Amino acid sequence: MDIEFIRSYYPMYVTAAKMTLGIAFFGIILSLIIGLVCSMIKKMNIPVLKTIVNIYIELSRNTPLLIQLFFLYFGLPKMGIVLSSRTCATLGLAFLGGSYMSEAFRTGIDNVASIQTESALSLGFTRWQVFVHIIMPQAIATSIPVLCANIIFLIKETSVFSAVALADLMYVAKDLIGIHYKTDEALFMLVISYLIILLPISLIFGWLERRMRYAGFGNTSTVPGN
Amino acid sequence: MQDSGIQVLFQGTNFLRLWEGLWVSLKIALISMLLSMILGIILGMIMTSKSKIIRFICRVYLEIVRILPQLVLLFIVYFGAAKHLGMNLSGEISAVMVFTFWGTAEMGDLVRSALISIPAHQYESGYGLGMTKLQIYRYIIIPQTIRRLLPSLINLLTRMIKTTSLIVLIGVVEVVKVGKQIIDASRYSNPTAALWVYGTIFVMYFLICYPFSKISSYLEKKIKD
Repeated sequence: MDIEFIRSYYPMYVTAAKMTLGIAFFGIILSLIIGLVCSMIKKMNIPVLKTIVNIYIELSRNTPLLIQLFFLYFGLPKMGIVLSSRTCATLGLAFLGGSYMSEAFRTGIDNVASIQTESALSLGFTRWQVFVHIIMPQAIATSIPVLCANIIFLIKETSVFSAVALADLMYVAKDLIGIHYKTDEALFMLVISYLIILLPISLIFGWLERRMRYAGFGNTSTVPGN
Repeated sequence: MQDSGIQVLFQGTNFLRLWEGLWVSLKIALISMLLSMILGIILGMIMTSKSKIIRFICRVYLEIVRILPQLVLLFIVYFGAAKHLGMNLSGEISAVMVFTFWGTAEMGDLVRSALISIPAHQYESGYGLGMTKLQIYRYIIIPQTIRRLLPSLINLLTRMIKTTSLIVLIGVVEVVKVGKQIIDASRYSNPTAALWVYGTIFVMYFLICYPFSKISSYLEKKIKD
């Protein structure tokens, strides 16, 4: 292990990690919004939109992110839609994550007893108010474990970004192996970078999940997204 | 040439070649799945052990596999093994190794949770009826465990198939690679080939994974009822 090498090249990993995390952040926020809207459409049973949402969810859940990215990055320009690598990565992540988030919200919504809706309606709430003030707060609390698992899953999925010409962690590692033949050091830093990013998040989420279970919300039977 | 470019799929054996490419990924997914099922059942039984040390080691293994992206594991095996073991592992072999390593951990955890979800009175009633331990496993525990496992098992298989798309990044000639070859070969005769080829690959993956995910959710519903 060449410490000097690690010392001189770790800034490359820091830059790459920052860029990946930036894209992951926007992608996850977008996917949460998409998920929320999709689950709302499904819950409110809006005729045509519901079919579109169902098709979207099946398409996105049953195809790998890498292929979605290839299509966005190499396929779409042939139709005249040229997207930058960053936009592609963000959109791809949001496209993939949206369906997983939507499923998470849906499980949460399904777990809210229908008596809640009925009581609120009889108190004179509108359907919209019922959704925003009664169903959603309870649903989000129940779906937190799955949402957390999805976020970790999406951060892990960012490792394929190098395929659309983004200089992410995998790209840097591959580059260093190719140029300097420092396989050990490059791979070591790669693993450490991912551990530094994912370990704290996973620990915080684990803690959060236990807290929610304490509160009597957590549904232990839920399966994580990845 | 004023056409949509879709005919690139039907030139020569292009369409067939794409399916052959996908079959390479599928084969890797199926082999790894088979291996991880066998190893995972063993790991799951070990994980229900009462020894704290064994449980701790299993936990660490599971967390490592869960935290690191599969692509990182692929890189470690593909590039690391070449240097340290002096072996020139082919992409396919590395992929099977990594996916088995990953699948075994996931499978082990599934088996463990299925095993501990069987209430103790099932064992006790079995003993009460005078059954031997082997009979209890054969007639009571295993049938129930399999019922509970099946949906998540199929789910894991779909995830495995989707994840095998990564192997193009360690140089395995599979569907994406074949697609790239087709695109490159028809760069001048058919400039919009990329759209059709990647679109087709997208649909192909969907066609493979969709039935599995439908079966999985159907079984899940059936068990709940």
